[in-house]
Amino acid sequence: MESESKIPPAKKGIIGWIDHRLPIFSFMDHELNRYPTPKNLNIWWNFGSLAGIMLMIMIISGIFLAMNYTANTQMAFNSVERIMRDVNGGWLIRYLHMNGASMFFIVVYIHIFRGLYYGSYKPPRELLWALGVAIFLIMMATAFMGYVLPWGQMSLWGAEVITNFFSAIPVVGEDLVQLTRGSFAVDNPTLTRFFALHYLMPFLIVGLVVLHLVALHRFGSNNPKGIDITSPKDKIPFHPYYTLKDLVGLGVFLMFYSAFVFFAPDYLGHPDNYIPANPLQTPAHIVPEWYFLPFYAILRAIDFDIPLLLFTIDSKLAGVLAMFASVLVLFFLPWLDRHPVRSARFRPWYKIVFWLFLFNALVLGYVGSQPPEGTMIMIGQAATAWYFIHFFVLLPLLSKYEPVATLPKTLDEPTI
Amino acid sequence: MRLLFLSLFLFTLMLPAHAAERIELPEHTWTFSGPLGKFDQNQLQRGFQVYREVCATCHSLSLIAFRNLGDLGYNEDEIKAIAASYEIKDGPNDMGEMFTRPGRPSDHFPDPFPNRKAAEAANNGAYPPDLSLMTKARHGGADYVKALLMGYTEAPAGFDLADGQYYNRFMPGHRIAMAAPLLDGAVDYKDGSPKTLDQYTSDVSAFLTWAAEPYMIQRKETGLRVMLYIGLMTLIFYLNYRLVKRRVKGA
Repeated sequence: MESESKIPPAKKGIIGWIDHRLPIFSFMDHELNRYPTPKNLNIWWNFGSLAGIMLMIMIISGIFLAMNYTANTQMAFNSVERIMRDVNGGWLIRYLHMNGASMFFIVVYIHIFRGLYYGSYKPPRELLWALGVAIFLIMMATAFMGYVLPWGQMSLWGAEVITNFFSAIPVVGEDLVQLTRGSFAVDNPTLTRFFALHYLMPFLIVGLVVLHLVALHRFGSNNPKGIDITSPKDKIPFHPYYTLKDLVGLGVFLMFYSAFVFFAPDYLGHPDNYIPANPLQTPAHIVPEWYFLPFYAILRAIDFDIPLLLFTIDSKLAGVLAMFASVLVLFFLPWLDRHPVRSARFRPWYKIVFWLFLFNALVLGYVGSQPPEGTMIMIGQAATAWYFIHFFVLLPLLSKYEPVATLPKTLDEPTI
Repeated sequence: MRLLFLSLFLFTLMLPAHAAERIELPEHTWTFSGPLGKFDQNQLQRGFQVYREVCATCHSLSLIAFRNLGDLGYNEDEIKAIAASYEIKDGPNDMGEMFTRPGRPSDHFPDPFPNRKAAEAANNGAYPPDLSLMTKARHGGADYVKALLMGYTEAPAGFDLADGQYYNRFMPGHRIAMAAPLLDGAVDYKDGSPKTLDQYTSDVSAFLTWAAEPYMIQRKETGLRVMLYIGLMTLIFYLNYRLVKRRVKGA
C-alpha cells in the first residue's frame, strides 16, 4: 500500500478523475500499450493471444448455445438439432463452438510446443508454465464434458469409458465412478452435472489465464534467443508492434477456422455422434476426439500388470496412471530440464530430442486413432516408453552433459 | 539420431492406413459437392417422392417439418396440400380424447410406427432408423446411402444369412435386415427422368443430404463471403504491420 502522498495528482478530465481513484486506465496503458516486449518475437509467439481469443469465442458462442440447449437425455439430441435447424444463425453458432474446440486445442498445442522449443518454462518462469499446464488440464476436462452434451452415441460411450477410469483406483474406485456419474450408469444425472461443470470450467480457465498473464508480465515474454534482455534497445512497446502482428496472425487463423466451419464442419468430428445415444448398442470403435488421441494411446499402451514387491498394479490402473502422469509430468518440466540455456537454437542436442519428441507425440496420436491390434500395440508401447524416457532420462542427461554455448549478450549481437 | 528419426518416419508411412475393415465406397459426383455446390430442386423433389412412396413405409424423418419443404421449391399451397395428405395424431381435446386431423405445415413428418417396439415387431426385430441425419451419421454420407441402396447382391457361397437377413456389399458385416427397397420402375417419375435404380438412389440420397443439413447452401454462401471479408481484413492488417515494423531496427 502506497502512502497517499506518493500517488501523483489526478490528471485532467473524467478519465483522469476515475484513474486517480481506480487506476484501471494506467494499468491498461502499462500492460497492453507500453508493455516492453522483446523485439525479436517470431510467429510462434502469436499463439498465446490466439488462445485467449479462442477462449472468448468459446465462451460467447457457448452462452448462446446454452440458451437453447436442454440438458435432459430425452431431449438433448433433438435440442441440438433444433439449434442447427430452427434457431436463427444456430448452425453457425454451433459449428463455431464445435470446431472451436479443435481450433482451441491446435492453438494451445502449438503454444505448448513453442514453450518447449524455446525453453519458456525455465527460471524464472516456472509458475507461468505451471499455470499454463493447469489451464491445459481444465481445458481437457471442459472439452470432454462438452462432447457429452449433444448426447449422441460417442457422447454416451465416451462418457462411459472416461468415467470408468476412476474405477481403476483401489478401494474408493467404484464410489468415485458413481459420484462422477451421479448414477449407476451414465444417465440423466451425468448429463446434467456435466452441463453444469462444462459451463463453470471456462470461467475457472479465465481466472487462471489472468494469473498466467500476471506471471507473464512479471518478467516479460521469453524470446527466440532465450536470453535475458538487459538492454532497453532490445525492447519495443507492445502496441502497435505486437497488437498489429497478432492481428495479422488472427486474420490468417480465422480463415483456417472458417474453412472448417463453413466448408467441412463435420470433418474433425465422428459420424456416430449424429446417432442418438443408445445404452443398449455399443459402437464398433469408441474413439475420442483427435486432441485426446495421444493420451488415449498412452492409456491403452499398458496392457500388462506391473508386479511390484508387495502388490501388483493391474493393467487398467497402470494405464490410467500413465495417462495422468503424461500430463502431470509437464508440471515438473522446469526441474527435469535444468540446462542453463533456454532456447533450442543454442542447444543442438536438445533440438534433436525436441523434434523426436514432437514426432513421437504424432505417432501416439496416430496409434490412438487405430484399433489396438497387431503392430499398433507394439508401436503404441514403444512411443509411450519414449514419451516418458524423454522427460525422465533424456532431459536430465542433457542437462548434465550438453555443452553450454556462449550466448549473445544482446539481441543485436550476431551469432554463428 | 538423424538416422533413427528418418527410419521411424519411414516406418510410420508404411503402416496400413486403417487396420479395421473399411469398405471402399464408389464416389458419385453430386450437385451439392464442393464449396460452390448447390442442391438441384428437381432432384430433391424426386428424392422426396422416393422417400414418400418407398422409404416412409418403415423409416421416420422426424426432424423435418412440412414447412421445410419450401427448400425443395414447393409453394405455400403445395406445402399445405402435402401436409394435409398426412394424418397427424393430436390432442387431448376438451373431452380428454386423442384425435387425428389433417397435417399442417408446422407439423413434422409423422412416424410410421407408434413406437420403437412396434417398429421392431413389424421388421423382424430390427429397428428402421430415423433418416433425418442419415447422411451425417455414416462415413461417406450421400455416397454411402447410394452405395447401400444399390449394394444388394447374391451372398457369396458359404456366407450364412439368417431368416430376414439380406446380403449387402456396403453394409458393415454385409448383413442387413432391410430387403432391397428399390427396383427399376418402382417409382413413377412425372418429369421424364429415367425410372432406374441408379436415378432413384441418387435422388433419394440427395434428398436425405438436404434433410440432414437443410442450411447447407446458406452455410457455404455465408462461408465464401466470410472468407473474402477476413481475407481483405488480414491484408489491411498486414500492410499496417509492415508500416510500423520498419521503425524497429534489427528485428
